[in-house]
Amino acid sequence: MAKIYSEKPLNSNTFIPKSETINFLLNYSKALKVAVYKGLKFESIMN
Amino acid sequence: MNSNSISDAILVSDYIKGNEQSLSVLIKRHQQRLYSFIHSKVYDRDVTEDVFQDTFIKVIRTLKLGKYNEEGKFLPWVMRIAHNLVIDHFRKNNRMPKFNNSGDFDIFSVLSDGALNAEGELVQSQIVEDIRALVEELPEEQKTVLVMRMYNDMSFKEISENTVSINTALGRMRYALINLRKLIETHNIVLTN
Repeated sequence: MAKIYSEKPLNSNTFIPKSETINFLLNYSKALKVAVYKGLKFESIMN
Repeated sequence: MNSNSISDAILVSDYIKGNEQSLSVLIKRHQQRLYSFIHSKVYDRDVTEDVFQDTFIKVIRTLKLGKYNEEGKFLPWVMRIAHNLVIDHFRKNNRMPKFNNSGDFDIFSVLSDGALNAEGELVQSQIVEDIRALVEELPEEQKTVLVMRMYNDMSFKEISENTVSINTALGRMRYALINLRKLIETHNIVLTN
């Protein structure tokens, strides 16, 4: 019987970013502050 | 209220008002589609992870800076940012230095990572601030086109869909650059690292 050469398809659930990436984004969002001074916007990262 | 039933537009609006939880819902809602989209272009998990992260960093910055203006079309907007970042990734790869390993080869000529030192970073951030301040001095219509093109990563075609004709947008961009050069000369600003 002929061998079937095929790759196991990737589970679609694995197609999501790592939890570290999501946590980084959420923390980055919380840390990023935008201040407006004389019409100019200044970004700062608060720890 | 179940977060699944809240529309993207409302979540975006809530996020802009300061509700950080809305961002979490938005990311979880679209992560699989966006991640698959990026992976279908780059075929590399690590690069996909990086592009995914950069995409949302850009999304977060744009929303927090109040530059988002595509109400009701959140996902297509995010996908377009991801698409542009994928293109940037391939462009960057093409620029990777190659060397012939023969003769008088000096390893230090390719070891430099191009990263800035502390002084370089300070100068770089000063330049970015100076440019922002200069952009603010441009006439409103030129500033709008320049911001859409350079800061929002929109193509001239997309700009023309939202505001003026493509030729007008191109013209305004040209005058914006000319005026920026004039402002740099007038203020005697040095924009080099």
